[in-house]
Amino acid sequence: MTEVAEYFTLFMGAVIVNNFVLTRFLGLCIFFGVSKNLNASIGMGMAVTSVMTLSSMLAWAIYNFVLAPYHLTFLTTVVFVVLIASFVQLLEIIIKKFVPTLYNLWGIYLVLIATNCIVLAVPLIISESAYSFSKSVVFAIGSGAGFALAIILMASLREKLQYADVPKSIDGLGIAFILAGLLALSFFGFSGMIPL
Amino acid sequence: MNTSILILLVMAALGITFGLILAFANKKFAIEVNPLIHIVEDVLPKGQCGACGYAGCMAYAEAVVTNPDVPPNMCVPGKAVVAARVAELTGKKAEEVEPRVARIMCSGGLEQAKRSYEYKGVQTCAAANVLFGGPKSCAYGCLGFGDCVATCPFGAMTLGENHLPQIDKEKCTGCGACQKVCPKQVIDLTPLTANVHVSCKSLAKGAEVRKICTVGCLSCTLCMRQCTHDAIKMVNNLPVVDHSKCVECTEAKCVEKCPTKAIHLIRQAAGEPPVVKAPAQAQPM
Repeated sequence: MTEVAEYFTLFMGAVIVNNFVLTRFLGLCIFFGVSKNLNASIGMGMAVTSVMTLSSMLAWAIYNFVLAPYHLTFLTTVVFVVLIASFVQLLEIIIKKFVPTLYNLWGIYLVLIATNCIVLAVPLIISESAYSFSKSVVFAIGSGAGFALAIILMASLREKLQYADVPKSIDGLGIAFILAGLLALSFFGFSGMIPL
Repeated sequence: MNTSILILLVMAALGITFGLILAFANKKFAIEVNPLIHIVEDVLPKGQCGACGYAGCMAYAEAVVTNPDVPPNMCVPGKAVVAARVAELTGKKAEEVEPRVARIMCSGGLEQAKRSYEYKGVQTCAAANVLFGGPKSCAYGCLGFGDCVATCPFGAMTLGENHLPQIDKEKCTGCGACQKVCPKQVIDLTPLTANVHVSCKSLAKGAEVRKICTVGCLSCTLCMRQCTHDAIKMVNNLPVVDHSKCVECTEAKCVEKCPTKAIHLIRQAAGEPPVVKAPAQAQPM
């Protein structure tokens, strides 16, 4: 029972309490770029969650079987960057071949994910916290779900904005930043429940 | 020293491993693409303007080859030559598409339109538009900083002395790139053979327009009432011309009767913006 509670704490910490977009301010470029459209935001959320989970598993394996035994943990960032970029490229090739329908849904988002800081942050945090494999998977899924939650909420709000009387000087990105700030402020209410 | 060698070995091993895996996957999982798609793409002008409605020339080439319902004449910049070539390659029949050109729905230049303030910021329409909608008192008119001229991929636009863009009908392909970039949405794509053009986009009432511009539309509805072919309708204080009904009638009463000359014959304005003096006394509404 304690183990389940521990995993639940880890998951909820990643999704809500320490949300990667609204609390840690990671992944802002696609958060603001894609959230103009709700359908695109849902697709991006699912793509990020999947890529984050799979690349975190791979990064965990590389870290624990290659870097740690040879005391090369200071190479973590460089190795993870190369690993994630290569893996996303491989994933794109495979999806394009075997699942064309999924490629039509996700294909344009995969190139955005390869260089995104939120996908790099999760493996780095996992290696820093020395999580076990199962904990890594739970944490990665939670992080992706948190990102998806944030971007879908933001997309819904921005679609409502089209019916609001926004001053021209802050139309577009200006009001989006204000809106994101208010959204982050509401998530701030969860802070402290689970430490970073 | 051992650590340095180990670093090089690990980085080289990982890099080579990833590279080989990707090369193998790229070879193993390659998708066979119809070579005709690349041939069609080579025929297209490759302006990547998106006027065909697809993401780029490659996307349109792929669609026109694989989808039998996609017509071969959607490449607006290519005109009839490219349409015929694409039709020949794909075995489809090219139908005539009426060519369109961009036209400015504003004739309020430096002398005609009043200004709310003197703008000294970044000299682009997009930047000026951020500051209370631009220095012009009219909220709908052309700002005159030439974003459309800068963005035109075919060199069909120049900025006149009165800070209104002039459009070369021969060079304009109707790709719509200028239309996308204009913050006031003051550029309209109309048929090349259109007879009459409304050079105003103001949705304000006539009394307001009269105060800030000498060549704006006053919404007096004279042109609509004078038209004997029922080709003009008033929509949101602005006349809209139905070009399919509009014929080159000899009288052109809509143009003749307009007190501010906001509506004018296109033939007269060919290549040059209309230089119109306001009548001494505007007709009562």
